Amino acid sequence: MSSLLRIILHRLGLGLVTLFVVSIVIFVAVNLLPGDFAEAILGQGATPESVAKIREDLGLDQGMVVRYFQWLSGMLTLDLGTSFAQLNFANFGGAGTVTVADQIAPRLANTLFLASVTACIAVPLAVTLGILAALYRNTAFDRAANIFTLSSISSPEFFMAYVLILFLAVLNPIFPSLSNIFEGMAFSERLEKSMLPALTLTLVVTAHMMRMTRAAIINLLASPYIEMARLKGLSPMRVIVKHALPNALAPIINVIALNLAYLITGVVVVEVVFVYPGIGQLFVDSVKIRDIPVVQACCLIFAAAYILLNLTADILSIVSNPRLRHPK
Amino acid sequence: MTNLLTIKGLKIEGRSDETWNPIINGVDLELKKGEVLGLIGESGAGKSTIGLAAMGYTRDGVRISDGSVDFDGVDLVNASAAVKRSLLGKRIAYVAQSAAASFNPAHKLIDQHTEGPVQHGVSNRGTSVEDGIELYRKLRLPNPDEIGFRYPHQVSGGQLQRAMTAMAMSCRPDLIIFDEPTTALDVTTQIEVLASIREIVEEFDTAAIYITHDLAVVAQMADKIKVLLRGDEVEESDTRTMLSAPKEDYTKSLWAVREFQRPEKPPVEKGAVPVVSVRGVTAAYGTTDVLHDVSFDIHAGRTVAVVGESGSGKSTTARCITGLLPPRMGEIAFDGQPLPSDYRKRTKDQLRQAQMIYQMADTALNPRKTIGQIIGRPVEFYGGLKGAKRRERVNELLDQIELEPSKYYNRLPSELSGGQKQRIGIARALAAEPKFIICDEVTSALDQLVAEGILRLLADLQDKLGLSYMFITHDLATVKSIADEVVVMKNGKVVEQGPKVEMFTPPHHAYTDLLLSSVPEMDPDWLNDLLKERGVDNIGDAAVDKM
Repeated sequence: MSSLLRIILHRLGLGLVTLFVVSIVIFVAVNLLPGDFAEAILGQGATPESVAKIREDLGLDQGMVVRYFQWLSGMLTLDLGTSFAQLNFANFGGAGTVTVADQIAPRLANTLFLASVTACIAVPLAVTLGILAALYRNTAFDRAANIFTLSSISSPEFFMAYVLILFLAVLNPIFPSLSNIFEGMAFSERLEKSMLPALTLTLVVTAHMMRMTRAAIINLLASPYIEMARLKGLSPMRVIVKHALPNALAPIINVIALNLAYLITGVVVVEVVFVYPGIGQLFVDSVKIRDIPVVQACCLIFAAAYILLNLTADILSIVSNPRLRHPK
Repeated sequence: MTNLLTIKGLKIEGRSDETWNPIINGVDLELKKGEVLGLIGESGAGKSTIGLAAMGYTRDGVRISDGSVDFDGVDLVNASAAVKRSLLGKRIAYVAQSAAASFNPAHKLIDQHTEGPVQHGVSNRGTSVEDGIELYRKLRLPNPDEIGFRYPHQVSGGQLQRAMTAMAMSCRPDLIIFDEPTTALDVTTQIEVLASIREIVEEFDTAAIYITHDLAVVAQMADKIKVLLRGDEVEESDTRTMLSAPKEDYTKSLWAVREFQRPEKPPVEKGAVPVVSVRGVTAAYGTTDVLHDVSFDIHAGRTVAVVGESGSGKSTTARCITGLLPPRMGEIAFDGQPLPSDYRKRTKDQLRQAQMIYQMADTALNPRKTIGQIIGRPVEFYGGLKGAKRRERVNELLDQIELEPSKYYNRLPSELSGGQKQRIGIARALAAEPKFIICDEVTSALDQLVAEGILRLLADLQDKLGLSYMFITHDLATVKSIADEVVVMKNGKVVEQGPKVEMFTPPHHAYTDLLLSSVPEMDPDWLNDLLKERGVDNIGDAAVDKM
């Protein structure tokens, strides 16, 4: 067990190092973006003096290294900084400032909610379909499942979204086509409103996970222990679920993690179509108005989500291997 | 008495290159209850295919094209999948060659043991667990009460093979197919597994088909023997008749393989400088020492066989000599000159002098390179030959290993047989024009006839080129046929060494004696006599542990 713990700590350490490197990349990249917040906010009325004043107030006149470490120390103390966008320049520094955390928190919660709903539908669906496709490989069912999932992943997300709206909101009004959820909404209502975006995302991520499940299982079917299981007279379903699947978990877990990360970081198109107030929209809006603290915080959250999910996948893969769980 | 299993005119085909090619060309087979049939032949003879067909099972890309398989009144060729499943595991069971690969790594042994009885409705889990422990005890597995609760990787190969026999027994089947169950095991482990398999098959009066390429093994196990050659039956008779009076030439040639014997060489002159001298070598992987103070000499034109079980340090010694694993203490000398311990510090000429031939010719040859490229590479690297000269030298080497240059120069390794691939391995070693070659289990993956060809070739080359060999092997028959001197290793130490003649005449060191006496002989009473002499609890690993 101690060796397992050591591996986990080791991976965790590597994750932190990665996150640190990513933070540098994010900071440099965001600062290389053309344009300037002060000029953007002042628009036509930008005089050199007022631009300089705002830059000074926001600390933008300081060197990049200094600003980076200010930002980093803020991050380490969970102080994400102050959002530029909501600043009241009339009485800067007084009441009415909006922190980045205030901006991001509800949006992130919404995104995580949508991702969870999608994952709850997509992961079991994909794994089951994958198992069935492996069981009935090269049959009509296998081909149909492959064609369906591949066509849904190949079509643009907004197209799939509009198709679903057409069939499930317009022609058969089952779910609302607008997902304008807000704080204090009942869980059931929130769930109902998130259903169409969740289904759209399900169509997008299922193919990848299903095909990996199928491939990982079929890859093992030539192993001697699978032949042994068959020669013990076990049913084909049992051979696959009980004998192949436990040994195929590692690659499946990795693909699931990648797709979950995508659900957190890459769903802006779906959010726009359904007017879903998630973090993706916030991110795009912030880039538009050069709200640097929000952009940086979002990037860091995305990076952290990726690293954390992959880390979890690695650890689960290790745990699913009895050689590492039960050393000699 | 009626037959338990009757196979008539069985024809099996395999798919390759888009066509169906015959693998088995009409084989008949009969087996009564409690009878053991030995199925022998070289690889590719179709032994396993027949064994699996007796279960109504064919691997992917293989089909039964004609004939019938009748198991106790059920036609297994035409039976539905469900009918077959109801018999498999319950009334017909299978024991595979590599238990390590055939146990599912994700489940504990006992869970795999109870799966059959529970799924077939023969027993419930609780009873089946108890029965499993009882079978483990009968098969003399250590700690029978708890060994089943381990995962396969936590149990040794010989123990796994017995656990698999126990699993096959779990539903008390009428017929068990043993597919080379001891081929991958050391001799001392093999003997234990053989004894336990035979005991339990007798106790439950189970019929069995015992598949192997080792005649001496089948002589201990079978009531009657069937010899196969490329999908055809050569002959069948009861074991004693088959051993004492084989009818067919092919069978006789199989019997004769073990008779290859090099002529004795005169003793080494006093004061001669050995080609390779291993002096007091101690080596470690990480912080654990795996070799302890190993010393021996290899003289010009001589073959030193290094014998021992897996894990005894044979290959590690080879790694020290080649410089892949610098020893912690001691040194390697070549022609009396100490060599740098790390191969990276050796000169090209020092590297050239010592070459290596590997056990698995399959994985030791780059599958994407042609034979000409594989052999040409060391010719160019060490000899500096290019273009036509290089080609000429490669052809010369191909001639030396008795493969026609024009035919093989442009082939890929995948287009060669196992024995031919091993010959390419030899040519590649010769290309460097070495004085000394390490042969690491070079014949253990080959059939006996093919292996004999390789041994003869190596002996010829030694006579012609004056090569010295270090011959790593666990097979004492090989040692007998090719070695001049023998080094016996155990747990990283040399326990005995000397000229071959001395090693094979008593008195031996206790461990050498155990190794020698564990090699199955062609006498059907050999195992019985040995068991009588030593007692069931004092054979194999148990005896090793007591030393």
